[in-house]
Amino acid sequence: MSTFAMSVSDTMVLAKRNLARIPRQPDLLIAYTIQPVMFVLLFVFVFGGAINTPGYDYVDFLMPGIIVQSIAFGGFVTALGLAEDVKKGLIDRFRSLPMSRGAVLLGRTISDVALNCLSLVVLFAVGFACGFGFIDANVSEILAGLVLCLLLGYAFSWIFALIGLYSSSPETANAIGFTAIFPLTFASSIFVPVESMPDGLRQVAEINPFTTVSDAVRSFWIDTPANTDRWVAFIEVFALIAIFAPLAVARYRTVAAK
Amino acid sequence: MGRETDDAIVVEGLKKSYGSVQALCGVDFAARTGTVLGLLGPNGAGKTTAVRILSTLLKPDGGSARVVGLDVVDDAAALRAKIGLAGQYAAVDENLTGFENLEMVGRLYHLNRKEARERADELLERFDLVEAAKRPAKTYSGGMRRRLDLAAALVFRPPVLYLDEPTTGLDPVSRLSMWEMLEARTAAGTTVLLTTQYLDEADRLADRIVVIDHGIVIAEGTSDELKDQVGGERLDVRLEDDADAERAVAALAEIAESRPSFDDGVVHAPIRRRSGIIAEAVRRLDDANVGIDDIAVRRPTLDDVFIALTGHKAEAEPAEAEPAGEEARAA
Repeated sequence: MSTFAMSVSDTMVLAKRNLARIPRQPDLLIAYTIQPVMFVLLFVFVFGGAINTPGYDYVDFLMPGIIVQSIAFGGFVTALGLAEDVKKGLIDRFRSLPMSRGAVLLGRTISDVALNCLSLVVLFAVGFACGFGFIDANVSEILAGLVLCLLLGYAFSWIFALIGLYSSSPETANAIGFTAIFPLTFASSIFVPVESMPDGLRQVAEINPFTTVSDAVRSFWIDTPANTDRWVAFIEVFALIAIFAPLAVARYRTVAAK
Repeated sequence: MGRETDDAIVVEGLKKSYGSVQALCGVDFAARTGTVLGLLGPNGAGKTTAVRILSTLLKPDGGSARVVGLDVVDDAAALRAKIGLAGQYAAVDENLTGFENLEMVGRLYHLNRKEARERADELLERFDLVEAAKRPAKTYSGGMRRRLDLAAALVFRPPVLYLDEPTTGLDPVSRLSMWEMLEARTAAGTTVLLTTQYLDEADRLADRIVVIDHGIVIAEGTSDELKDQVGGERLDVRLEDDADAERAVAALAEIAESRPSFDDGVVHAPIRRRSGIIAEAVRRLDDANVGIDDIAVRRPTLDDVFIALTGHKAEAEPAEAEPAGEEARAA
């Protein structure tokens, strides 16, 4: 087998392993389905009435943002799963096998994409049920928005992979994810227009990649004027992958149990 | 020297530290092809570090290690196809079934799907896991997980097998069945490096034993050679009355190799075993009017060896060092 064919085969074996566990861990399935639905319902019906989005229904404003947030956090199970694998010594076993060095992480991040597709279906279903609709969007714009969301999710899978490999336990990974990254999604245009934020926070929100990506997805789906050009969002997402994928693989090569 | 070619594992001057903690301070040992080398030492002695270096998981700070002629650093990728690793962590995926775990490992060794499945079935049978094959590993007992972990290490029939404390934490029955599986396996010509903190385990399974403590090798040899280092057999006589101690020591002095000692109600007399020695000892003690509670000829155990070499017990904290160790070392 060539090195490339070997890498592909190893990656697929491990992606299959990650997907096989989902039906056996119902809590994971909940993370991918019920949790995003809960967020949509909370924001549309609890906060929605109090948030002012001039020119747009809140549900139309919210759905692109909440999809961006849910997909970005889809990779969170990678942080938990890798921290668990390190702790249990499974990473030791993989590292002692004559397999591709990137396969464990590639398998993880690729299976995350599959699971994020499942989340997308659930999110759109609940979104349409709550009254969301595309505004002046053609098929290629809808697809461009979907691709951007999945790419962001892929980038965050690598960020979460790095967090998982640096965590001594799934609990630590959980704490890092929720204290370091979760607030970033709120300091952005995901849930509210940044114009409503006070000085200081607004400037942070404006350079937040979550804002760039949410605004780009909105401009694809509900025809808002994109505050930043759409291609900047793609560049930012590719930059995140280019930075965090090599860092995660480098960490994988030296990570040790205990 | 012919040694190089006959040895599957050759470790020379191996060093590794974590920050200021020196885990290995220049360790040398070798394992002949097809034998079991026991790496014996207490917790924190450096055993696991050595295994991690030999299985290419960790780079050494100094020294070298070659396994089946391959350098653990320079030829790491090629070496991974020659080794199997199993141990105390029982590294199996708990959400996969026993069969799926073994199939996955087979696929990662690049067996094709059919080969991987056949091999998985074969190993499940050999390790008595057929009934549990379709259950997720999280439902397995500790002993079953270890067996599955060992089976995973054997998927590719590696010429070299590392077993890092394979029975730590197992109940006595599981330990015994694990030993039987290991004995059956090691008879097949595989070179095995076994780390353990259990002396009886090393005694039973290993052809040669390297005793390691605080990152250095403190003794090496067969189980018998190590036991001989602390001296030969001795006669232990438990007295009915401690007041008889002096008379008992005097009575046994003539048949002993050196002067018997008295300690905690027991007279220890170093002897050379020969037929009739117990009868003779009983007669002499009887003549001296010494009441005997119990009498036995005792061969030193690896426990005695460990205490003699390190001044502390293998399974205890160094703080619990016993003065008896110092005496034995002087002997």
